[in-house]
Amino acid sequence: MNSTVVFTLMLLPLAGSVLNMAFGKRLKRPYAGVMASLFVATSFVLAVVTWLDLLAKPSGQRVFDFTLFSWITSGSLHLNVGAYVDPLSVTMILFVTGISSLIHIYSIGYMSHDERFSTFFMYLNLFVFAMLVLVLSDNFVFTFLGWEGVGATSYWLISFWFERPTAAAAGKKAFIVNRIGDFGYLTAVFLLFTYLGSLSYGKVFGSVGQLSHGTVTAIALLFFVGAIGKSAQLPLFVWLVDAMEGPTPVSALIHAATMVTAGVYLMARISPILHLSPGVGTIIAFVGVITAFIAAMAATSQTDIKKVLAYSTVSQLGYMFLGIGTGQYVAAIFLMVTHAFYKALLFLGAGSVIHGMHDEQNIKKMGALRKLMPATAVTFILAWLSIAGLPPFSGFWSKGDVLAGAYQQSALLWLIGAITAILTAYYMGREVYLVFFGKQRFDPAVKVHESPKVMTVPLYVLAILSVFGGALNLPVSDKFRFLENWLAPVFGHALTQSTISSSLRFVLGAADGVFAIVGIALASSLWIKSSSRPAAEPAFLAAAWGIDRFYDRAIARSSTRLSQMFADVIEVKVVDRATMSVGALVGLVARYVRKVQSGYIRNYALYISIGAILILGYFMTRAGA
Amino acid sequence: MIDLLATQIALPDLITFLIAGCAVILGALGVILMRNPVHSALSMVMTLFAIAVLFIEQDAQFLAAVQVIVYAGAIVVLFLFVIMLLGVDKKEYLGKDQLRGQRPLAFLSVLVIFVEIMALSRGNWVSGAKGTVLSTSSPLSNVEQLARSIFTTYLLPFEATSVLLIIAVVGAVVLVRRSDVKSSPAEEPEELQTESEMK
Amino acid sequence: MTVPGSWYLVLSALLFSLGALGFFTRRNVLIMFMSMELMLNAVNLTFVTFSRMLGDIGGQTLVFFVLVVAAAEVVVGLGIIVAIFRRRSSATADDLSIFRG
Repeated sequence: MNSTVVFTLMLLPLAGSVLNMAFGKRLKRPYAGVMASLFVATSFVLAVVTWLDLLAKPSGQRVFDFTLFSWITSGSLHLNVGAYVDPLSVTMILFVTGISSLIHIYSIGYMSHDERFSTFFMYLNLFVFAMLVLVLSDNFVFTFLGWEGVGATSYWLISFWFERPTAAAAGKKAFIVNRIGDFGYLTAVFLLFTYLGSLSYGKVFGSVGQLSHGTVTAIALLFFVGAIGKSAQLPLFVWLVDAMEGPTPVSALIHAATMVTAGVYLMARISPILHLSPGVGTIIAFVGVITAFIAAMAATSQTDIKKVLAYSTVSQLGYMFLGIGTGQYVAAIFLMVTHAFYKALLFLGAGSVIHGMHDEQNIKKMGALRKLMPATAVTFILAWLSIAGLPPFSGFWSKGDVLAGAYQQSALLWLIGAITAILTAYYMGREVYLVFFGKQRFDPAVKVHESPKVMTVPLYVLAILSVFGGALNLPVSDKFRFLENWLAPVFGHALTQSTISSSLRFVLGAADGVFAIVGIALASSLWIKSSSRPAAEPAFLAAAWGIDRFYDRAIARSSTRLSQMFADVIEVKVVDRATMSVGALVGLVARYVRKVQSGYIRNYALYISIGAILILGYFMTRAGA
Repeated sequence: MIDLLATQIALPDLITFLIAGCAVILGALGVILMRNPVHSALSMVMTLFAIAVLFIEQDAQFLAAVQVIVYAGAIVVLFLFVIMLLGVDKKEYLGKDQLRGQRPLAFLSVLVIFVEIMALSRGNWVSGAKGTVLSTSSPLSNVEQLARSIFTTYLLPFEATSVLLIIAVVGAVVLVRRSDVKSSPAEEPEELQTESEMK
Repeated sequence: MTVPGSWYLVLSALLFSLGALGFFTRRNVLIMFMSMELMLNAVNLTFVTFSRMLGDIGGQTLVFFVLVVAAAEVVVGLGIIVAIFRRRSSATADDLSIFRG
């Protein structure tokens, strides 16, 4: 196991970003993107090397803690810049760098007309670096650096087209909402340090058992608050939908495949803490499943091609938290990986449609695109079937694992999850039918074109992964549960033993398949012919249950009013007057004191002599002369 | 005082001290009272010579020589050169000082300083204990003693003074060099004008 | 018996006071400079006097260094005066009072 490989793969995207910052503007159009893609792709290759290295080791010896250098040493606080290489972090770096590489390549085509081409890749590379720091770090503070790094790059990329006021506002919103989550994360870290005196993963997880039950619960809950912010769960999910203002590859990479799963990763990482506080698990499970349901409902009524996907992402993240909350960490990670495949594919497909339609995003103004964009259509449909959970696509296996785990915990969780599964198949079906089937509803004068190869090849790769991704963890026999066996050393102590008999499991799986078919059938019957059914898309669902409006009324406007009051009254009457009067006082004193500064050297010398007299006088009192 | 005069002090020493002391004071008064700078400089020569005499009187022959050569020779000549070069040998008005209160305050503070120094020199700060490290009681001559002191104990400061002198020479050259030959003389009145405006 | 050290100390205190007085009252930069030299010489005299009173050559060594520093100071100081005089054509320190408050 070589630490150089790990740190190189971590730093390569940073190097790419710095090079792009320095020379990107001078490179000709595609080359800035090619360079960025090369750096990330090399990172991916090194991630594979690391994975193979780890695979060659016996299962129990796959945890490594490398230190690059000592970062902060202050009192009893010792923090390293280091990498914690274990099956979990390697899984993360594999799919993060892999999908990032594909999306980098895709962006070369998608952003080809943009003026700030190299800047985009600089941010994108920086994002990958921050994400790698987040997943590879060996302590909570360095993780937080990555956590904030992905937040910052996400902010820059959402408001990449900052000349649009909506994009600028969306970036701000994402940033501010994420701060609420960061507050939870930081408080949890403070608590950990106060009670355990250490923040490195190894030490914390080794000694977390000493903590009282209340403390552990508080820490777990606060970390969950952080995860809620980053992974867009109820009640902080509102930023993710607005984040769709960013370029579509950004939505695919950051707001679907990788960054938003950071919260899930964090929960999986602190599984030893969660394991000690089962009550928090229940809360997480319910927050997750309710988010999944609410977001899926909202997705059924959106008309923006990307907003459907955004709510879908929120919903799928809810499933992942359901998995975490019910102790099914492997299922959550499994869903995270397969979701990264098919959701990235969906976003990239949507981007391809937007690109081909010349920036049209309203699905009501599309239709019948399958003939004009065959490659996009086929891959998009495969992704739909996958997210819908139709056997044997990858979504079926991963979602099935999560739902089976939920059933084991509580029938209610399972029921909400199942309804959400039907909704998932339905709203994605609606989007597919409105975009690719039915009548052509856009102006025939618009020259719709299929995207170039540089964009479609990543689609093919992701389509293959979406279809066969389920092979990662087949519940056929223990031998085929690759992911579970691989991750077992990480979660070993925290995994709840499956109490479901294989026959029940089979029944549940069959039910999942039925849900998918029901949802698809519902979508077909409603949307294959018609494009407007007001009854099926109520306004309050289109407005996402009015949650955004509620926040606006309850928080944004009242705090604006408060700030206005401070600006008008307190600022003017108290702060200004105080500073002004201090200034006036200084002026008044100076008007007299400045006379001392006569400008005559000999006058100054006289003052010096008076000082000398005083000093000599002091010595006289001491000398007793 | 009278007792001391009568009994203990050798007459040649006493006469030398009195004459040299009077010369020191008269020279100093000349420096600060003469209206013409050239006269001030010449008065200073008197003071410096008298101090050289006092050095000899106190067995500091080497320093007396240096005092005459460096101070009374080089430095005073430098002063005279500058006075002549700048043509400032005009008489200065020594009547009322336009800085109100400067002159009485100066007299007062100088008086107080003098009194304080006198008082302190009689206090217990001057122990009168003989030095032990670099004793003057050795049979060596004054020059040899001074040389041993400078080239052994104070070698590093001595070397540092060489650097200081180089810096001083370079600094003087840089200061006095006419840096901007290109600037037209017309600029200078303008500058003066702005400065007088600032007043 | 030679003249006692305290006489020399009184003399040098007097010389120092006269130098200080000159510095405080005169306006010609050159004369102010000379007054400073007087003060330096007063201090030198005390050093030599103490050297004799305490039987320590260190005092004379210090005077040696003061002489070197004084020489350097005069060179630079007169250089500054010449440079100022070129710009202002005046050797009166009171004219250089544009930093008056």
